[in-house]
Amino acid sequence: MSLPWDVFGVDATWMLLMAFLVALPCSQIGSFLVLRRMSLVGDAISHGVLPGIVLGFVFTGDLASPWLLVGAAVSGILVTLLVELIHRKSKVKQDAAIGIAFTTLFALGVLMLEFFTHGNVHLDASCVIEGQLDRVIYYPDWVLLGIAVPEPVVTMAALALCTMILIVVFYRALLMTSFDPGLSASFGFRPSWIHYGLVGFLSVIVVSAFQAVGAILVIALLILPAASAYLCTHRLKTMLVLAGVHAFLSSWLGLLLYAHLNAGLASAIVTAGMGLFLLAWLVGPVDGVLMKWLARQRAVAENQRDISKNVSERNE
Amino acid sequence: MATVLETHDLTVTYHKRPVLYGVDVAVEEGNLVGIVGPNGAGKSTLIKAIMGVVPHSGGWVKVFGKSLKESLHRVGYVPQRESVDWDFPVTVMDVALMGTYGRLGLFARAGKKERIQAQEALDKVGMLPFAKRQIGNLSGGQQQRVFLARALAQDSDLYLMDEPFVGVDAATEAAIIALLQEMRENGKTVLVVHHDLESAKEYFDMLLLLNMRLVAFGKTKDVYTSELLQKAYGGRLTILSQVAEETAKQPEANH
Repeated sequence: MSLPWDVFGVDATWMLLMAFLVALPCSQIGSFLVLRRMSLVGDAISHGVLPGIVLGFVFTGDLASPWLLVGAAVSGILVTLLVELIHRKSKVKQDAAIGIAFTTLFALGVLMLEFFTHGNVHLDASCVIEGQLDRVIYYPDWVLLGIAVPEPVVTMAALALCTMILIVVFYRALLMTSFDPGLSASFGFRPSWIHYGLVGFLSVIVVSAFQAVGAILVIALLILPAASAYLCTHRLKTMLVLAGVHAFLSSWLGLLLYAHLNAGLASAIVTAGMGLFLLAWLVGPVDGVLMKWLARQRAVAENQRDISKNVSERNE
Repeated sequence: MATVLETHDLTVTYHKRPVLYGVDVAVEEGNLVGIVGPNGAGKSTLIKAIMGVVPHSGGWVKVFGKSLKESLHRVGYVPQRESVDWDFPVTVMDVALMGTYGRLGLFARAGKKERIQAQEALDKVGMLPFAKRQIGNLSGGQQQRVFLARALAQDSDLYLMDEPFVGVDAATEAAIIALLQEMRENGKTVLVVHHDLESAKEYFDMLLLLNMRLVAFGKTKDVYTSELLQKAYGGRLTILSQVAEETAKQPEANH
């Protein structure tokens, strides 16, 4: 088997770091999406932000411009507002409203993309679908502490750090509004503000991850780590840590797979992440299939012991 | 006696359809009040509107003579048990601690004092031995006790509880009502949404009869009259009691 470092040399380190820095913030925000049953909203936003990105790109002509993030956050919030507008003002239910809002905004984005960027190769369809995580090394470097660091790595590191800080600062607000919106509203915690804040920040993360993994695979990075961690613990803090561990392991295993197959790094990471999810499902320590089976066997054995004890007592 | 809660012309509409019309009540300190009425009468909506969880389209609410916002720290709200996801990765202790978050605000950390408060509250409802359990591994009655412990940890003067007796075992129901009565003895005011007319008569000092409008509010013995109950439940009351009688007989027939 060919190892990443044999194939790519030191560049493999940058790929791994970049993959992890994309997957980590996704895993943290994704944990709250899963708990709030907003996974589909993540899906909707990952597609619905496209018009915002295209507009930002058209005005600045630069994919790395911070205005793209602003455009994305605005269109992300717009998607959620549109979903709510449709399902509140018409008889259409929420899931159908999500289906309408994100597909049409995505279509609008694709139309704008083709209309505004004829022959412009910087923002093409394959990048939208698959991203270009493996191209991280071709970006200009920033020199930090004497080490040349590719620019996207610096940006994602900053974003990952921001995410961690925001999660720590707003931990209680997120916990309370996710678990019991009614009580948090009665505390004056404003669940709807937290909701839109989360959606806006989610959009920023999705757009930042967009270049690396594309609009579709980013959903996997949001949901897979969270869902795997959810099956492995009953504590929220542990769940967040485990989701981060999943993000790292799937980046690492994905890179191994990529070096071996030499095809689609982002897809390899998601595939590895799915493998880890299956592992959590089957042999996870709390909700794993194996653990539940063992617990049932133990309960049955105990029951039989009790019964035979009762019988022997009665016989005496 | 001081007026704890006052509503005037409180009106709530959902999708432009009114579900609660011009409710005027004034609740005095130290009462245990049952909110009763048929399904869809707006019982839960009433306390949600008081707590500002659903917006009201007309009228006003005053708590301890001030706006709700100013008195929020003195009001404890216990939502319906079904309103939360019991698979959520938190422990019994975590939930009890949430009661102190309203006072702590969004950022202050829960310290030793809050932990002791949460522990005492859990002890009071007999759930302290379960403190480290994940909430999904509890029975319905135990879940309700945890919710109650959280309310106790809030240490409020006025409590609004949404259907705390739904889906709980008889032992828990008795424990809850004993606790509510103890709270009243300590000068707390408690409003409870309740769906069982039969037990409402024994449980509460005062009844608030609701059917989209306020039908009656007063001492239980004055309100629990066939005339007023008929007015609240309409023709449905006889049907309801017949259905209840039939279902009550069913398990016996199976034996």
